[in-house]
Amino acid sequence: MDQIRRQSLSVLVDNESGVLSQVSRMFSRKGYNIESLAVGTTDNPAVSRITIEVMANDQQTNLLCNQLRKLLPVHSVKLLDLEKSIRRELILLKVHTASNDACNRAIQIANIFRASIIDVSTTTLTIAVIGDARKTEAIIDLVKEFGVLELVRTGMVALERGADTIYEATKEKGEFDYGKNVL
Amino acid sequence: MLMTGAKILMECLLEQEVDTIFGYPGGTILNVYDELYNYGDKIRHYLTAHEQGAAHAADGYARSTGKVGVCFATSGPGCTNLTTGIATAYMDSSPIVFITCNVNEGLLGKDAFQEVDITGITMPITKCNYMVRDVKKLADIVREAFAIARSGRPGPVLIDIVKNVTAEKTEFTPLPRDEHAMHGKLGALIRRASHDLKTPEPDIGDVERLVDMIRDSKKPLLVCGGGVVRSRAHKEFLALAERMDTPVAITVMGGGGFCGRNPLTTGIIGMHGSQASNMACDACDLLVAVGCRFSDRVALDPPTFAKQAKIVQIDIDRAEINKNVEVDHHIIGDAKRVLQLINERLEQQNHEAWKDYVFSFKTEVEYDSGHEHTMTPKQISDTIAKTCPQDTIVATDVGQHQMWVIQHFHYDYPGQLLTSGGFGTMGFGLGAAIGAKVGNPEKTVIHITGDGCFRMNCHELCTEEFYKLPIITIIYNNQTLGMVRQWQTLIYNGHYSQTTLERGPDFVKLAEAYGLGGKRVCTVDELEAALKEALASDHGYVIDCAIEMDEMVRPMVPVGEKITKFLVV
Ligand SMILES: Cc1ncc(C[n+]2csc(CCOP(=O)(O)OP(=O)(O)O)c2C)c(N)n1
Repeated sequence: MDQIRRQSLSVLVDNESGVLSQVSRMFSRKGYNIESLAVGTTDNPAVSRITIEVMANDQQTNLLCNQLRKLLPVHSVKLLDLEKSIRRELILLKVHTASNDACNRAIQIANIFRASIIDVSTTTLTIAVIGDARKTEAIIDLVKEFGVLELVRTGMVALERGADTIYEATKEKGEFDYGKNVL
Repeated sequence: MLMTGAKILMECLLEQEVDTIFGYPGGTILNVYDELYNYGDKIRHYLTAHEQGAAHAADGYARSTGKVGVCFATSGPGCTNLTTGIATAYMDSSPIVFITCNVNEGLLGKDAFQEVDITGITMPITKCNYMVRDVKKLADIVREAFAIARSGRPGPVLIDIVKNVTAEKTEFTPLPRDEHAMHGKLGALIRRASHDLKTPEPDIGDVERLVDMIRDSKKPLLVCGGGVVRSRAHKEFLALAERMDTPVAITVMGGGGFCGRNPLTTGIIGMHGSQASNMACDACDLLVAVGCRFSDRVALDPPTFAKQAKIVQIDIDRAEINKNVEVDHHIIGDAKRVLQLINERLEQQNHEAWKDYVFSFKTEVEYDSGHEHTMTPKQISDTIAKTCPQDTIVATDVGQHQMWVIQHFHYDYPGQLLTSGGFGTMGFGLGAAIGAKVGNPEKTVIHITGDGCFRMNCHELCTEEFYKLPIITIIYNNQTLGMVRQWQTLIYNGHYSQTTLERGPDFVKLAEAYGLGGKRVCTVDELEAALKEALASDHGYVIDCAIEMDEMVRPMVPVGEKITKFLVV
């Protein structure tokens, strides 16, 4: 129960300035370093979805979710069950390819991972790979021998498997909405 | 009609029926003050000595009247001076709209003269805040700010307006208050809610479950928290207490939520809780807390807190549930409405034996009154109670005097006790008293302070005198930062590091310098005479009361200990 582990949260918020810092502040206040953060608008341009991953225990994470749910610009927060969710991130890797041989081997590795080569120069190769943490870590490990010049990642995005969505109206959500009543 | 931002702001304040503002002008907010000049017959502005005083005054006004307080300040140091006041209001859920102005849009981000990112600074201490950079959005934002400050769990909201917006013009359409919720973001908030917000009702199933729990309980305890005060649910709370026939413990923030004179009350609970309250908490089989967040000053050690009891939390803020103490059941709703629903369902209970047990413990401590030139804290409270009207409003500062006057003075109605319970802000009292007197001119307002706290904001005596607000300040003068000294005595081997205050000023002369009356008193008779003189005067009055340096707030349970583990009784 009290074990520190990776927690993945989906947060639905108003797409407005200041909201992201309001949300991320909650994590720093508790001393948590955000392991991964991805933000973008949903099918409704007025609403953004934030996926945040932190290392924390379950109890602290629940408290944190509640503090987030209470914020006015936050519509809902879902703590994802990692077993039952699909998590993906995109990584761009610029690797050093000193020789033809290195270049060929890098291309081979990319193919095995179904990654794509999106840019080449005489001495570098840029690889794009999408996957869960296992896959991205594995390819990073393998191309290390060439020398990684730059690496950038989008941060994990995640969705639950199956028909469940973040939009479900639960009793708990009703309770948070009650407190946001403005009449 | 085409209007400047400043004029729109005034019109929006009138929409909210605001007639009182506390504040302080400066460069960026000049357009607003210029417009205020034209609205002088409708809106009264109180100029304090310091922005912190203005913030506390708006807070005292809000807490004592139940209305939204309003406070103005300029950019830079003006608004950073507000921050302690904003945080104080935030921690105690007091509804205030702070309006500040920032530098011109074009200067933002250039470290311009008196530029500061006040929305960034106040993010953690406001319910929400806004930066207005478009005059067309101003009216909706002001409407939204007021609605948010007063609704749900109330709290401070800050609006920062860039200076050029206060001068720019746009079309303004007046809108009656009950239509505000249909517009702008308020409308969006309502539309996205998961249930009908027009008639939000607590969950009846949750209420019925609590009623069953109460029926099953042999040893219940009710806890009156600040939520009862904010919701003005004192009548419903009293009805429930009588129906349950149960002891009632009161938190510091709950003072006034349940009549302190009622024979059912065990007094304060927690660190300085009475023996009766804390023993009842430990022995009860059901603890029902209304509008109480079980702070570390109440649930000092959460795992052992009311460990034999089923704990039930009634709160409007879902995030408070299970935050500090794991509870067995909760009901989300406005305290007033939840209590009504319980009262409609619960029949009369009877707990004679349990009450006999609880009231076999003391609800108040006794003092050694053998000192010739000093008074005991209880003698001071009793003399105030005897001499002043029963509905006297009491605003406190922070320290021993605060605890004493909460323990020994009885509060009958919400808004009678104004105290910084959550943030513990020294210097809160005088500003709060000013706000309370402005909002309740017919009532007697007393400011209870210590010699340390009074020094922090005593410059507001000039505000008191200028606006003819006859407030009575009572200094519990123990020549020390008493509360800190108490800890040093009990926990730090009597090392009185930087707490002794044998220094000026002469508080009586200080009062006179500001045009107020003043007296130094050492006995109950002198205090009574001084109080009578103060009550008869149209000026403020400062009474400097001598008390013993080593008088302690008793009982005391140390930080983090089980609630019955009294360090002193
Ligand atoms: C702004 C601020 N600074 C410091 C403290 C810490 N503090 C709490 S009580 C206290 C002593 C207050 O002394 P005094 O006003 O003389 O009251 P007494 O306890 O003697 O009644 C201090 C320093 C505080 N609560 N607020």
